[in-house]
Amino acid sequence: MTNSINNLKENSKENTDMGNTTISTTLSTTEKVALSLKKRHQKEKLFKRIGLFAVIFGFMLVVVLIGDITSKALPAFHQHWVKVDVNYKSAWLNIDDSSALNLKKANYRSVLKKSLYQMFPTASGKKLSRKDKRQLSKLFSTNAEFTLKDTLIASPEHFNKQINVWVRLDDDVDSYLKEGFSSGEAGLRLSQQQAQWVAQLNTEQRIESRFNISFFTASDSREPELAGIKGALTGTLLTMFVTLLLSFPLGVAGALYLEEFAPKNRWTDLIEININNLAAVPSIVFGLLGLAVIINLFGLPRSAPLVGGIVLTLMTLPTIIIASRAAIKAVPPSIREAALGLGASKMQVTFSHVLPQAMPGIITGAIIGIAQALGETAPLLMIGMVAFIVDVPTSIVDSATVLPVQIFLWADSPERAFLAKTSAAILVLLSLLLVINVTATMLRSKFEKK
Amino acid sequence: MNNTDIKQNELAQIELTETVGNIYADDAKMSIRNADVYYGDKQAIHDVSLDLAKNQVTALIGPSGCGKSTFLRCLNRMNDTIDICRITGQLTLDGEDIYAKNLDPVLLRARVGMVFQKPNPFPKSIYDNVAYGARIHGLTNNKAELDEIVETSLQKAGLFNEVKDRLKDPGTGLSGGQQQRLCIARTIAVSPEVILMDEPASALDPIATAIIEELIDELKEKYTIAIVTHSMQQAARVSQHTAYFHMGKLVEMGKTEDIFTRPSHKLTENYITGRFG
Amino acid sequence: MNSPLLFTVLLCLILFSYWFGIQRSLKVAGGAEHKKDLTCLPEQFGLLTAMVCGLPALITLLIFNSTEQFVIEQLLTTTLPTSIQSLSSIDLGLYLNNIRSLASSETTQTLLVSINNNSNLALLEQFKAALTLQELNQQALWLKTGLVLVIACVSVIMLVKKFSLTFQARQKSETIIRALLVASSAIAILTTVGIIISVLFESIRFFKSVPVTDFMFGTQWSPQTAMRTDQVAGSGAFGAIPLFAGTMLITFIAMLLAVPVGLMIAIYLSQYASARLRAFAKPMLEVLAGIPTVVYGFFAALTVAPVIRNVGESFGLSVASESALAAGLVMGTMIIPFVSSLSEDAISAVPNALKEASLGMGATKSETVVKVLIPAALPGIVGAILLAVSRAIGETMIVVMAAGMAANLTANPLDSVTTVTVQIVTLLTGDQEFDSPKTLAAFALGLMLFITTLGLNVLALKVVRKYREQYD
Repeated sequence: MTNSINNLKENSKENTDMGNTTISTTLSTTEKVALSLKKRHQKEKLFKRIGLFAVIFGFMLVVVLIGDITSKALPAFHQHWVKVDVNYKSAWLNIDDSSALNLKKANYRSVLKKSLYQMFPTASGKKLSRKDKRQLSKLFSTNAEFTLKDTLIASPEHFNKQINVWVRLDDDVDSYLKEGFSSGEAGLRLSQQQAQWVAQLNTEQRIESRFNISFFTASDSREPELAGIKGALTGTLLTMFVTLLLSFPLGVAGALYLEEFAPKNRWTDLIEININNLAAVPSIVFGLLGLAVIINLFGLPRSAPLVGGIVLTLMTLPTIIIASRAAIKAVPPSIREAALGLGASKMQVTFSHVLPQAMPGIITGAIIGIAQALGETAPLLMIGMVAFIVDVPTSIVDSATVLPVQIFLWADSPERAFLAKTSAAILVLLSLLLVINVTATMLRSKFEKK
Repeated sequence: MNNTDIKQNELAQIELTETVGNIYADDAKMSIRNADVYYGDKQAIHDVSLDLAKNQVTALIGPSGCGKSTFLRCLNRMNDTIDICRITGQLTLDGEDIYAKNLDPVLLRARVGMVFQKPNPFPKSIYDNVAYGARIHGLTNNKAELDEIVETSLQKAGLFNEVKDRLKDPGTGLSGGQQQRLCIARTIAVSPEVILMDEPASALDPIATAIIEELIDELKEKYTIAIVTHSMQQAARVSQHTAYFHMGKLVEMGKTEDIFTRPSHKLTENYITGRFG
Repeated sequence: MNSPLLFTVLLCLILFSYWFGIQRSLKVAGGAEHKKDLTCLPEQFGLLTAMVCGLPALITLLIFNSTEQFVIEQLLTTTLPTSIQSLSSIDLGLYLNNIRSLASSETTQTLLVSINNNSNLALLEQFKAALTLQELNQQALWLKTGLVLVIACVSVIMLVKKFSLTFQARQKSETIIRALLVASSAIAILTTVGIIISVLFESIRFFKSVPVTDFMFGTQWSPQTAMRTDQVAGSGAFGAIPLFAGTMLITFIAMLLAVPVGLMIAIYLSQYASARLRAFAKPMLEVLAGIPTVVYGFFAALTVAPVIRNVGESFGLSVASESALAAGLVMGTMIIPFVSSLSEDAISAVPNALKEASLGMGATKSETVVKVLIPAALPGIVGAILLAVSRAIGETMIVVMAAGMAANLTANPLDSVTTVTVQIVTLLTGDQEFDSPKTLAAFALGLMLFITTLGLNVLALKVVRKYREQYD
């Protein structure tokens, strides 16, 4: 110790010799610093501005994304209907009376067509050419004849009479109208003659725009004007149900074991590493797993919410386990000790004390995990939930599709109307996610206050 | 059982009005007048005035939590980094108001350096640690000059001989005492005029502490030093002036030998004789 | 298949067993007043009974369900005429499919009627087989129901016989619960094992047809394999290099956007932003992170790609309609919150003492960030970037919708490229049967993907752990 102190003393002797130079350098040091200040403060300002710009850029991305989709989605929420003078002539219907059975098998297509031909006589009084007839029919939705059928069956007293019936327009006309009669893309799909007819219908005040409730009540269809998301929504709900049912108990059980009961040895380390890795595996790999194992090995039906649920469970499980573990860890050890001190067994401590305390955190974690699973598409594509499903699924083993997959399928369709529908479906999906996430946040803050 | 320990109510009863002793210095490097420091609504420092004598070591002592570190951090405007902290009063360096609107804190901190309680070398090499200040302030753009600055500072800090062969090694690989000397070297590389030390040796072992105290004694030749310490013995060893703080107020100040042998205020006496704190 | 009735009955049985267990335990104790004589509460006896009723039954059900299909198929095949049985596995599979759809769409009556009215031998065989299948399914259902119920009841009876005053019901039930907990955690391992096995298995089958070197180093990707040996377009090139290159190109573009923006956001939010701004910015980042990738894909394909195309063409450049740039930019957007939150964690983890030391020496905030905080947080930031790359590589929907399918080996972001994930989806969502090299190639690609992302994740973890002690 003496040596180092002697060293110090020697050093300081040398330093006093440099004393004078130090003082003079000090003066110019301050000056030097002062010189550098302006540039450095400019750099500081620039740096700060870049950071702010980055944050604003992030905001803008969100705004552009959501704004773009919303603007694209708006046309999907209303639809144009047209008032047609329908003559329920028995000759056209090809039935003799208005008995229920007859009404069911009557020829409504003929009624529709002939009523239309009546509405649009040619200028020269001659009959319409075949080409014109075809074009005229194409203005109307393919389900117009069913609307006619439903109308007559509902009020059979209109048999052999002429009434006004509102039917849907074909999606090409619908888009044409929504774009304001422009000669843009939609307008190009209509011929001159068709455009004239539409204009005529419009001036006759026969066209009206209605809120498109069928978007929510109908399931998928090849015709854009009829397509709805009911099937996809039901499929999503069923799949989420299965996922929640499977992943929640398994995830919580796993987390409980790992946090409370597992001895600290290599096996539990291995499990932990495993879980962390699984949380980062790309979702498509789970799809491969689903395909190879669940479908081929176990022979479960393809495209069913059951299988989709199993695959999504495997994906969500790591997330739930990790979140639950954090919640369980957060329970203060004093609670455990107090319960043990009163003679409770480990199991009782865990289930009666720790678990209830950790439950809010666990539930929020589960909700967030489910929200992630809700938006997943790739693994479900792999297990076959990509088919064109028209019926609304009624059980977890029926073929079904989910909303994200529906969006994916519609995005490929060329019809303009599907563009709007896809955007609208995206809005529904995002709203669903928003509701779930806000619920989770509210739950979290509510329980944190306690 | 020695019951000479002060009871709580006795403490409260002892009145604190004016600071006792001599707060002024003829040759004041830094002057503080009527400083109040608030953390949000809580007032941490009450109406403190004192001078830091040039090229002298002033020790700030007092029981923990009495605001010594807070006060110290006002002197180089480190409290600016805390949003809820508010300071009023007149604080000057060589007569200039350091809280003036047009005074650049960057410049101030180049002139008033700080050494912290726990050694905090950057995760860089020893060389880069010492050279950091010189580089950012643009003191030189010449490698040779930079080398000289680094060497000189390390020598002044009494570290050079121990590390001269391993300047490229990480600074975090040194022992606690060496790290603290490295931090001191780094501070003086910028050639400040004042060095503030916030309990610089409290995290070190006795041997390292002794080295640091020797260093402080030498440094005062060039720099004005203010040192916060919770060890009265240390204050007695290294300082020429001592200021005793209690609950955010300056109770007494004066020459170190006077404070420790003939304290004027009752509180000072009680603290020094170990009846509380 | 499964009847919901079976589940309901089982559920009722379980509930009944709970009640039954309680009653039995009380009886053994000699009445409710002597409850205390038991080793534990009657409810715990009840719980044990319920578990013993339900668990063996459920396990039986599970095993039965998994093997049912296989066994039935085997049994059915033995009843088929030998000519059918000797068909190749592909054709036999098709035949069985036919039978299955017949069996599920027609009722037994219609089948019987068709058999009586039909003289076509081949069709007759099919109808007969369909009938047999229906019978087998029916028998299986009865067997399953009976088996499950019997096992449930027998287990319960065997258990309650053991009830006595010294019977440690609580301990036994806790052991069972514990086993269940272990099983739940083991599922994570099982999943990984499952993934590895399934992917590996099919990949090995693939590599039997296509050598590994061809796959890893080949530059031609056109996965059209011949269905029959004499098919015209029977070339099958499975060189995956264009896929790897495409993946890397798009990932690179994404990182180019995400890393600077994400890092600057992290720096600004942790060092400069007011609490109010942070309160707005955090949700914004969460929104970006929570948007499903299919939505990003839609945005990329229908908005970003046309814009890039128009802008490019107004500059006279030729831009593909599915440019890598479009996919890359949108993917970058998706990754921004990832990079930003992980980087922010890393920066906040730097001890405040370092920041104070730097500021105390008169450094400006930006100097402190650039020269002290970032270098100190670098391991964490590098880890974040690695994880982000891993995420980008594994991303599927954005590239499926916005990137092309043409395996182009190019570094031009305005061209269309394809990625590993796109090919996996394309190969497996077609109507390919399972055995052709075409579909197996998807598993080989999946194997590559799995190994790469796993490797990146492990590396990221290592980097963060190894350099963390630097300033502790």
